[in-house]
Amino acid sequence: MPKTATAVRSAPEGLHLAADVLVLGGGPSAAWGAVAAAESGATVVLADKGYLGTSGATAPSNTGTWCVPPGDNRHTVVERRWQRTGELADQRWMLRCVDTAYRNLLKLSEWGYPFPSEDDERLYIANLRGPDYMRFMRRRVLLAGVTVLDHHPALELLSDGDAVVGAAGVGRQVEHDWRVDAKAVVLATGGCAFRERILGSAGLTGDGYLMAAEAGATLSGMEFTGKYTLAPHGSSLNKGLPFRWASFHREDGSAILGPTGEPLRNGIGDREEEVARALIEGPVYARLDQAEPALQGWLRQGQPNCFVPYDRAGIDPFSDLFRITLRAEGTVRGTGGIDIVSDDCATGVPGLYVAGDAASREIMTGAVSGGGAVNSSWALASGWWAGKGASTHARRRGGKAFRNEVRPLGQAGLRPAASPRADIAATEIIEAVRDEVTPLDKNFFRSGAGLEKSGERLESVWRDVRDHLQGEGLERIRTREAASIAAAGRWSVAAALHRSESRGMHRRTDLPGKKLSLAHRLVINGVDDFRIAGASERLAELAS
Amino acid sequence: MIEIVSATRCIECDICVKVCPANVFDATKDGAPVIARQEDCQTCFLCEIYCPTDALYVAEVAEGPTGISEAEVEARHLFGGYARALGWKRGKAGGSEFDPTHRIRVAQ
Repeated sequence: MPKTATAVRSAPEGLHLAADVLVLGGGPSAAWGAVAAAESGATVVLADKGYLGTSGATAPSNTGTWCVPPGDNRHTVVERRWQRTGELADQRWMLRCVDTAYRNLLKLSEWGYPFPSEDDERLYIANLRGPDYMRFMRRRVLLAGVTVLDHHPALELLSDGDAVVGAAGVGRQVEHDWRVDAKAVVLATGGCAFRERILGSAGLTGDGYLMAAEAGATLSGMEFTGKYTLAPHGSSLNKGLPFRWASFHREDGSAILGPTGEPLRNGIGDREEEVARALIEGPVYARLDQAEPALQGWLRQGQPNCFVPYDRAGIDPFSDLFRITLRAEGTVRGTGGIDIVSDDCATGVPGLYVAGDAASREIMTGAVSGGGAVNSSWALASGWWAGKGASTHARRRGGKAFRNEVRPLGQAGLRPAASPRADIAATEIIEAVRDEVTPLDKNFFRSGAGLEKSGERLESVWRDVRDHLQGEGLERIRTREAASIAAAGRWSVAAALHRSESRGMHRRTDLPGKKLSLAHRLVINGVDDFRIAGASERLAELAS
Repeated sequence: MIEIVSATRCIECDICVKVCPANVFDATKDGAPVIARQEDCQTCFLCEIYCPTDALYVAEVAEGPTGISEAEVEARHLFGGYARALGWKRGKAGGSEFDPTHRIRVAQ
């Protein structure tokens, strides 16, 4: 029998549990983190804002993995991918990620996950169908003896002055507060989608970034939030793959041209730039007319979620023109997040570990998007390392836990610096942040002057949040989400201004081209009063 | 966005209340769950595939409700459409072993 968490106290005053490791989040990296920690003998609680199995960006998707089997070819594959990362990724991390991800994909097949077969009957393990994968992972987490708290969003971390020793939040369906005392915490809360209506975005409000920064952790890569993905207009389907075989047209029917002057026939990857330019000018329409009949069938069967909007709107996307949009993806398909300082996914704050999109993926994918595949492998690997790291820390800490006085760390959105004001509301705060970090002409294409203006507006939004935003009861979930989104937006714009060059998805129209002097990561430390610094020395240290 | 909980199809198991990652539904004392926080829906269609009786309908527009009627959804055979495309049945997972995505990757 696996060991389980112990109840310290239960309702009516709330839920109070004690465990070795607390995992916050409900996507793949949270699931792998919980399984890894439990397998190492730790008692584990997993608390998620939503439901473990449907939460996060993976569950509603069908995602490839970056699957590189062992062998000599691995170094070549990693080297080739590194060339595309704007020199910011770290090949050592890339190599260890593909290795651990591959092992965990094999583990999935040993556990009986129903992978498809290739023509030669070999299992094809390089793709994971989100709903099936995450439902399967939920079962593995429960089998490992993990106590799962669905619909239990965390509001803040707890500290004893030396280390993070747990978290507290509210059960949104049971309507009482919860607290878990833990010897280590894994933040697997996902990225920040800035409330864009994309798959998985409901929970992806950057809560982990704010919680970690309040505890003293550092962020990196926050300027790399310029990734957008094509979707049918008005839909949530930010899945670019079908647009690999599309033509694109303006309102007047004229074709959108690629960089060579030929009509664009592939709208993904770097070609999103031409579509973005056209979308700033006016509505854009597409047709998936470059897909052969056989491919049409595979697309329909292999990416069924992509076709739900068309089928429901009565559109045949292979023959009809339909309106499209580019959806902002914040740090979800961007690369920013909490900086990792050692191989076990530690954050530098004792007791605090990070995994998945909550972590900066700059070491994996630099200035370009990790798309679905690299991020998916990163979740498989970083979840595993963080779970192991946290359980090792818990063992080392042993009886020392909970000796000192425990203090909650949450500030903005929970405990305002000045008097709360009823006219400062979460919805308006989020809208004001979105106005600066999602429009294509501000964030896909950036300029120094534009970023300066956005920065000033976000400072003013932040002052309102810091000083006056507060909620009671369940409303705290929304005020805290708004505070997290405001903090993430502010960090992102400040970092984008600091990076006075163009690199990967950070496109400065006033400063095209890379600068040698900026071929390093930017790290951010602090919440209200934060500092941005180059991390060239640290990178060198990591690479040695 | 989630738009319809069909009272005629629903068996009041409240699975949707549990699995919705955005906590959109509320259970009721003596009937089908209600859409209590429609604005929070992330249009992921997952409630539909977990529903054992295909009683839920999520319209394709993510920004706001379309106002589609249950009669139209029924007439166009849209209830359970996404579950059928995946191979999920009666709220149970299935069909991932027939996923042809590897062919698409080769074509790409």
